[in-house]
Parts: sequence; structure tokens; C-alpha cells
Amino acid sequence: MKFTNQEGIEIVETIIACIQKNRDYLSEIDGAIGDGDHGINMNKGFTLAKEALTGKENMSTGFQIISKMLMSKIGGSMGPLYGNFFRGLYVASKQHEEIDGQIIGEMLDKAYDNIKKISPAKVNDKTLVDVLDPAIYAYHKEFDASQDVNKALTEMVGASQAGLEATKHMVAKLGRASRLGERSKGHQDAGATSAQLILESFADGCKKLLR
Amino acid sequence: MKKIINNPENYLKEMLEGIYIAHQDQVTCVNDDLQCYVTKNKTPGKVGISTGGGSGHLPLFLGYVGDGMLDGCAVGDVFQSPSAEQMFEITKDIDQGAGVLYIYGNYNGDIFNFDMATEMADFEENIQVTTVLGADDVASAGPSAPGEKSTRRGVAGIFFVYKCAGAAAAKMYDLETVTRIAQKAADNVRTMGVALSACVVPRVGKAGFSIEENEMEIGMGIHGETGIRRGQLESADQITEEMMQQILADLPYVEGDEVAVLVNGLGATPLDEQYIVTRKIDAILKEKGIKAYRYYVGEYATALEMSGVSISLLKVDEELKPLIDYPVNTPFFKQM
Repeated sequence: MKFTNQEGIEIVETIIACIQKNRDYLSEIDGAIGDGDHGINMNKGFTLAKEALTGKENMSTGFQIISKMLMSKIGGSMGPLYGNFFRGLYVASKQHEEIDGQIIGEMLDKAYDNIKKISPAKVNDKTLVDVLDPAIYAYHKEFDASQDVNKALTEMVGASQAGLEATKHMVAKLGRASRLGERSKGHQDAGATSAQLILESFADGCKKLLR
Repeated sequence: MKKIINNPENYLKEMLEGIYIAHQDQVTCVNDDLQCYVTKNKTPGKVGISTGGGSGHLPLFLGYVGDGMLDGCAVGDVFQSPSAEQMFEITKDIDQGAGVLYIYGNYNGDIFNFDMATEMADFEENIQVTTVLGADDVASAGPSAPGEKSTRRGVAGIFFVYKCAGAAAAKMYDLETVTRIAQKAADNVRTMGVALSACVVPRVGKAGFSIEENEMEIGMGIHGETGIRRGQLESADQITEEMMQQILADLPYVEGDEVAVLVNGLGATPLDEQYIVTRKIDAILKEKGIKAYRYYVGEYATALEMSGVSISLLKVDEELKPLIDYPVNTPFFKQM
């Protein structure tokens, strides 16, 4: 099962559309315990990326454009975090014309490693790490066992949803929500929410192309 | 939301346009990016100092760019870090061959972006960059163990770090010395604040929290971060007493010390009230046998329309005193 890097530009478009669609939802989630602007900032970065796409990109260079826009135009914590995440997706795939389950796994690893490089966040700190960590683990576990990329992506999405749900019961240790301490309990984390949306739309995009 | 604004999405852009119009003799921007704010007056061979951070705190951060203080400031949207690329562009612009010092507040977003800018400056332009973080808010976390990174937030006390480092750079000290002096000031400054009302981020449109009419929150951060105690509003003397007790015990500041004092309004508290607090600070210092070397009173680091004050103390010695006394001329702050 695989698809070409050229076709993969559809995945980039799927992720951008997903963030744009969820602009208000993300801000609403953020409003409970953060600034209430997460959707506004994410939408700004991904919309700028969409405008920068020329139609000549493949999946890798599409992710590179998202990365550049987030890094140069967004600022805050999310600009560098997601900027590094998408740079990882770009770097781990750019030399491959065909993308299979093995390479998807490497892309996810590189993307997550890039976040770990700059963020002190650990599992249970109520951040996007609480979605990425279990989701990427679930992908590898299933793919190593069955070599079935579709199944692995399904497992990844399931684990990302469970990880997001789990952030509701956590106390924020980092970022703006940490100002609330115990009062942050009961609300899901906004960064974890956008991470879940990105992973799910990434998986959807891949599944449509895999054959 | 009750503000004198146009479309909230244009808040930052329109604010900056106004500043560049009013102060065009002293400041400009890099590459037509309004968020890359630099001084027009450069001195060859001088260490460049840049800061950066979210908007909503004027005169912090950009207000300290000018003669005797800073050379550049990356300006983020309200309460949001500017990008690494903007910091990098400023770094290239202000480097006069002697390297660049970054001084900014201890917040994750700023750290991510400034660290990336440091890498870019090193790898792409071979500019040496050092960093000193403002982490002076006593209320935000306990003191860090030696060698550990501070988890305290940076607030108004960063003014003293700018002041000392800016004077050291103006005296043409090298990067290592300017950095050491900035770190020394950062290590010797402590701040605590009290808030009486919330603030509203324009693009969000409503306050993220509320403080009742008869309440105050001791230790609240300059973005509304939770403080250490919420309770009934008390008298100026009682509030000052509580904040001073925490500040003095933290460094600690002891009998025989000399301190520079910053009484800072958070945005909506009249100067009158700030001076009422000042009077009480002086009485407490006298009682403790601590000498007030110099007072600064006014708005130095605000939180939009929040009402409240913060108190910062900097312990000064023979090295820092002349730097505190060094003249400054920026559009927002002047000292003869």
C-alpha cells in the first residue's frame, strides 16, 4: 500500500481545510482555560500557507510551506511547535517519490521528535504531547504487528481521540492554561485539540490515497 | 469590551503605525515589517541589545528601545510572542560587529522563538548571541535551585535589566561584560503585583476571568495569570505591606542593602495611587534599614486596562549604581 509524493499534496490540502473549518471551535475550546485565540492563530497560519501554495508542490514541499508560514508569521508557542512538527513531516519524506507505511511512520517520528527538541512538555502536562505520544505509539504498534498501514492509521486516530479526552482530567503544567492550576481540570486542552484534528485529517488524507 | 479601537484584527498594525508616525525621528522598522522595531541611532562596535514579546504592555517592550537602553524589539500580537524570523531580522539589523544580547521575559513562546533566532543568527550570519531572561515575579513560582532553570515569569523588573545592560552597552563594554551585568541585575531584582480588575485581549473581545468589585488578587501576572491570594480589597498600606514582605524575604533584601525601587501601574490605576504605595514602601524600607537609592514611579509594564500595581526592588552595588544613573532617551522613557 502506497501513494506518490505528488498525489500527497491532497493531504496537505485536507489538513489546511480541517484547521480552517475548526477555527471557531478551537478558539472556543481555548477560551475556557486559555486566551481564546488558538483557532484565530492556527487559521491565520494555515490560510497563509494555502495562499502560498502555487499548485506545483508535492506533499513534502506542501508541508514545508506550512512549516515556514507557522514559523515566520505566527509566533507564540504554537508557531514554533507546529512549525517544527510540519518541518519534520517535510524532512522525513522529501527524498521519497513513493510514500508507504514505513515512511509515514518515519514522518510521524520526525515530526514528534522536532517538538520534543524544543518543548519541555511531558505526557500528562495537558498539552499536544498527550495526543501525539499515544497516537504515534499506536501507529507503530499496529504497523509493526500487521504491516497494515490502514489499520495503523485507524489505531492512531483512535489513540489520538483517547489522548485528547484524557487531557480533560489533567492539570495544566505549561503554557497559559497553567495559570489556572487545579481549575484547568475539566476542560480539554486547545493545543491537544488541534493536534488531534491534524493527525485525524492526516490519516484521512493518507487513507484516501493508499492503494 | 469597551475600547477605542477599529477592527480588532488591525489593533497591532494600527498601534504600531501610530508609534512610527509619532517617533519617526528615533525609531524605524526592518524590511517594512512593522513588528521589527529598531532604533535609528546605531553606534558602530556597540553590543546590540534586543528584546521582544507580546503587545499589550506598553511601554514594555518596545518603549525601551533608544539611546542608553535597547536597540531593537520584536513586537508580537497582544499577549503573544513574535516569530523567530522577526527576531532574526532585528538581530541582523542591530548587530554592530560586537554581538547581540537578548533580554526577554521567561515565557515558553518567547523562549521557543528567541532560541530559534539564536540558532539562525549563529548558523546563517555568524552573529554571536547571548541571552538573559527576566524571571522576577516572586508570586509565579518558588525560587529555583542553583543550576535549575527558573520557572518564574518575567514582569516589570525586566526594566532594571534593560537599564543596567543598556548603560553597560552604551559604555562600550564587550558582549561578555554586558551579559554578565544583565544577568547580575536579573538575579537581584524581585517583583510582586496586585490586580483589582481584569483585562481584555482585543481579538478575543472578552475577559478570560473576572475580579469582583470588592476583590483584589495578590500576585496576579501581567496576562491575568493566577496569583497567590484572592481576597477582599484592603487599604494601600496593607496591600503594600503584604507585597513588600514577600519581596524582601525572597532575595532576601536585608539591613544595609541599597535598592532601586520601581512602582509600576498596570494600566488603569492612577499615578496618585501609585504614589500612595510609594510612600508606604519608603516607610517599610526605612524600618528595615534598607536604603532606597532611586525611585521610579509610573507605568513601565502594563497589562492593557488592568488596574493594580506592582513593586520591583533591585539590589544595587557600586557596579550597578552608575548604570542605573546613566542617561536614557527613548520615545517612552527619558532619564537625565
